[in-house]
Amino acid sequence: MSLRRLTLLAAGLTMAWLGVAAADSKDTLLNVSYDPTREFYVEFNKAFAKKWEAETGRALTVRQSHGGSGKQARSVIDGLDADIVTLALGYDIDAIADTGLLPKDWQSRLPNNSSPYTSTIVFLVKKGNPKGIKDWNDLVKPGVQVITPNPKTSGGARWNYLAAWAYALQANGGDEGKAKEFVAQLLKNVPVLDSGARGATVTFTQREIGDVLLAWENEAYLSLQEFGADKFEIVVPSLSILAEPPVAVVDKVVDRKGTRKVAEAYLQFLYTREGQEIAAKNFYRPRLPELASQYAGRFADVKLVTIDQFGGWRAAQEKHFSDGGVFDQIFQKGR
Amino acid sequence: MPADTSITAPVSIPVPPGRSALTEPTWVRALLIVGALLFLALFLLLPLVAVFAEALRRGFGAYWLALTEPDAVAAIKLTLIVAAVSVPANLLFGVVASWCVAKFDFRGKNLLITLIDLPFSVSPVISGLIYVLLFGMNGFFGSYLRDMGVQIIFAVPGLVLATIFVTFPFVARELIPLMQEQGSDEEEAALVLGASGWQTFWRVTIPNIKWGLLYGVLLCNARAMGEFGAVSVVSGHVRGETNTMPLHVEILYNEYNFVAAFAVASLLAMLALVTLVVKTALEWRFGDELAASRH
Repeated sequence: MSLRRLTLLAAGLTMAWLGVAAADSKDTLLNVSYDPTREFYVEFNKAFAKKWEAETGRALTVRQSHGGSGKQARSVIDGLDADIVTLALGYDIDAIADTGLLPKDWQSRLPNNSSPYTSTIVFLVKKGNPKGIKDWNDLVKPGVQVITPNPKTSGGARWNYLAAWAYALQANGGDEGKAKEFVAQLLKNVPVLDSGARGATVTFTQREIGDVLLAWENEAYLSLQEFGADKFEIVVPSLSILAEPPVAVVDKVVDRKGTRKVAEAYLQFLYTREGQEIAAKNFYRPRLPELASQYAGRFADVKLVTIDQFGGWRAAQEKHFSDGGVFDQIFQKGR
Repeated sequence: MPADTSITAPVSIPVPPGRSALTEPTWVRALLIVGALLFLALFLLLPLVAVFAEALRRGFGAYWLALTEPDAVAAIKLTLIVAAVSVPANLLFGVVASWCVAKFDFRGKNLLITLIDLPFSVSPVISGLIYVLLFGMNGFFGSYLRDMGVQIIFAVPGLVLATIFVTFPFVARELIPLMQEQGSDEEEAALVLGASGWQTFWRVTIPNIKWGLLYGVLLCNARAMGEFGAVSVVSGHVRGETNTMPLHVEILYNEYNFVAAFAVASLLAMLALVTLVVKTALEWRFGDELAASRH
């Protein structure tokens, strides 16, 4: 009996190691991404694998991992073997670059700030908009429950937060103190902070908590598609933020695994007409001018501020979301 | 107290009709039974039924498709592999540890018992994070392991380690009280009669503890397959590669794929039910022996 058990144990361990070894084969890519890109990359991966096989004759499997953008960056820093990262905002890839896994100037390696598609932040409300939510200032009213994820772990939540901040700055003639007060008031109306955008969407659409969801535009459209336009509707605020989710090859990983060529081709494919079309179909705003105009009717023409207004992502992260930053100050005070 | 009165004065105090001296009135009994059953139905049965109802909402075809889809198959396989490694490891450790604790006296014995219980009192998230701290890229062994080309966390070995940690106490906890109660008389007798150490272990100790051992293994296995928190931290959530069944359920749920999520959940529930059935069947079949070995 003991021998048999030991054999079993050994067999199990061997299988475990084999599983690890198999993951190292050349034509497997791991794309570590943020929360709402699941459906988009499922479709994109299929198209790219087909193209790659047609061009090189080699089969390709693209593995996916999804979660809050900050959490995903943390996993890559801790050793998750991502060939490619496609995260929600620049700072999360900066954080990975700080550990030396890729060069610090990664964002200038690909066109458009390495962001092949963009998005923005909109509101998702229940059909008929029972609370009459039109703009950011409706979110701070007493009795309105706002659903947004945790800016510490989620990229979308950080865009949400900065969009609210930009609105408050504009409404108060650039008064930082007033903006801080406004965002603090808004956070008081948040009953639950999920760790990622998808968790927040499920909280709002499935568990039916809250009156309004601050969501990625693509995530909001996906909810309409999943649950039907008879249950929810999208409200576009007077001002929002241009969200640029960047992509990058993780140099140290692809060089070790020997996957640089396919990883770079993968990212290039995002910029091609076919890749852009898949992005647009999944409600991301395409960069390619001809596609942008073709899909223009789908995306609201809203005034967008950019991250440059905050001095870039490093500055914004440092000021608002670092330990003891503005978010920590106002969030703790609000509780 | 009523027992005393009935003994000292059985005639002078008559037992009220419909009530024997040792039991509660019928309505109290009925209330307790109905209460317990309602509670069970509400908190155990109903959710269980809901899982199966939701899983089969689109018919058996969709259910089957959800379970045979490649990512689901990979998750099921991975769960079985993790259990197949961690349960025997804990079986071995559990027997050794309880043998030490029950049969010998040594310094630090109480410390050992406390340490065995540690995984019960630590949150599973911490159980996962300690392995990230140890084997993560910035952990103690991280860069060394990376240079050796060994991947621990965000791969199968990490999942196995986290599962072993979480399910660590199950076998030992079941065996220690049992073996302590039995003492070492029978082993001593066997030795005196000329049995070797191995013979004593296989012919005396194992038969004495086999039921407790089985209990421990069943519980250990149930938890190994169902663990979520600790494996979630070390998994990396790579579909088809480092996703166990509980993690796969969460992913499917988050992708609005409710039928598939509940289909996999129902499979997990069935594993739990099978465990229960096996346990009950054993108790029913070998109840006397079981009771004998416990006392």
